[in-house]
Amino acid sequence: MKQGIFTIRSNIALTSDVWQMSLEGDTSAITTPGQFVNIKLEGFFLRRPISVYDWNGTSLSIVYKTVGRGTRAMSQMQPGASLDILTGLGNGYDLSKAGQRPLLMGGGVGVPPLYGLAKRLVKIEGCKPVAILGFNTASEIFAEEAFKALNIKTVVCTADGSYGVKGFVTDGMPEDYSYFYCCGPEPMLKAIDRKATTSGQLSFEERMGCGFGACMGCTCATKYGNKRICRDGPVLEREEIIW
Amino acid sequence: MVNLSVNLSGVVLKNPVIPASGTFGFGYEFAEWYDLNELGSISCKGTTREARFGNPTPRIAECERGMLNAVGLQNPGVDAVIAQELPHLRQVYQGPVIGNVSGFSLEEYAQTCEKMNDHVDILEVNISCPNVHAGGMSFGTEPKSAAEVTKAVKAVTTKPVYMKLTPNVTDITAIARACAEAGADGISLINTLLGMRIDSRRRRPVLANITGGFSGPAIFPVAVRMVWQVYEAVKLPIIGMGGVSTAADVVELMLAGATAVQVGAANLIDPCACKNIIDSLPGELEALGVKDINELIGGAHHG
Repeated sequence: MKQGIFTIRSNIALTSDVWQMSLEGDTSAITTPGQFVNIKLEGFFLRRPISVYDWNGTSLSIVYKTVGRGTRAMSQMQPGASLDILTGLGNGYDLSKAGQRPLLMGGGVGVPPLYGLAKRLVKIEGCKPVAILGFNTASEIFAEEAFKALNIKTVVCTADGSYGVKGFVTDGMPEDYSYFYCCGPEPMLKAIDRKATTSGQLSFEERMGCGFGACMGCTCATKYGNKRICRDGPVLEREEIIW
Repeated sequence: MVNLSVNLSGVVLKNPVIPASGTFGFGYEFAEWYDLNELGSISCKGTTREARFGNPTPRIAECERGMLNAVGLQNPGVDAVIAQELPHLRQVYQGPVIGNVSGFSLEEYAQTCEKMNDHVDILEVNISCPNVHAGGMSFGTEPKSAAEVTKAVKAVTTKPVYMKLTPNVTDITAIARACAEAGADGISLINTLLGMRIDSRRRRPVLANITGGFSGPAIFPVAVRMVWQVYEAVKLPIIGMGGVSTAADVVELMLAGATAVQVGAANLIDPCACKNIIDSLPGELEALGVKDINELIGGAHHG
């Protein structure tokens, strides 16, 4: 975990309410995909926890949805502005469990952390990930081209059938896969858990106070004891979850 | 050199800055951010006799210049705190430790404090948690029950006992006096103010617990007022808290009557908040021409 000042390089709309912000700063605290950052915004008391889309040494990319006043304010920020950000928060995904054909399933703004994961999995010898991206409707789709650019099989599902497979990510699941990673709304995670035939890792969302384990604001009960979504999560093993 | 050292009932703190209970866990996880030995003391996570999961989530809501929390005293219970949490803290921090204790009966307060006695330097007895039912704050809203908890704890401990008071009362001085008369060694105040937010779109309370404790810079003036009143009401050292986020706030709360100052919600926004405050205290004092921070204590009271 680190605190640092980042400079906004670009901030663009991907859909009517999903934005991608690229920033420059010290990303050395980010060790694995699935971790998140916590952003201080002028005029708002709590930081905004946002998952990492991608990163390298000095660049950080996040994709966020404008859900309230804070994220709307973020969407209005201009290149050149700076932000105080805590980086390297949360446990992230464990890539060593992927096997040869891992399934990556994301719903809505649950898609972004899976991109960083996919990008790193394809670099593992013999690993051929498959991505299944779920959205409500065609106009909400983002990141499809980015996944395809990694040369991995990418299936898009829309709940209303306006693009790709009609239905939820569970309707796009293949029969054969070695492991699964997912992130999205809780009903989606639950549906995946009911259908999946392998072990997997699921990333959860919760309203947070600090984002780094201090306040106990985001605690959930698991089979292995109480866990803080921000620090012991956000990624939990399928076997430990109490639905 | 400015003297920053203060004394709480015989316990010497190298400076008056203490992370407040519930915003700092049992401390050791903050060692990743800075050397904890820079702190005056640490007030540990509120501890109860039995382990508690706390309240359902959401437990957090944002406000203007502050936040609501309804964590509900999540902690592993006093035995695990003594066996695991405090030894873990001791590995990275050698300064004085404040054990923060809560309970649901006089017997529970006494038993938990008795167990904690040998493992901490000061006992801070929380009779002010707004997020638990049939306990916590209900002891701190009546002078009689506040005095009973004080007596029960004093009877079983040898360490200084600081009663942590709730601001959700009509007359804070009546509660403080009752604690003082029952033998308290000091007073800690203020805990959070009882608050609530509603999600207009869902037409439901934001917090699963419906209500929560309001903290953050927005409540600082309430803290200053209550520390001021308690300083005039009792002759006991005061640990002041409530919305403190800068060295200037520390100075102001000490002028109101605090001997030491706790920093709460600020830790959740900036993990280095306490360190930053400590680093800027000497400059803040020099600018005011203060050579010994003890000059500040109650310094705004003139007869």
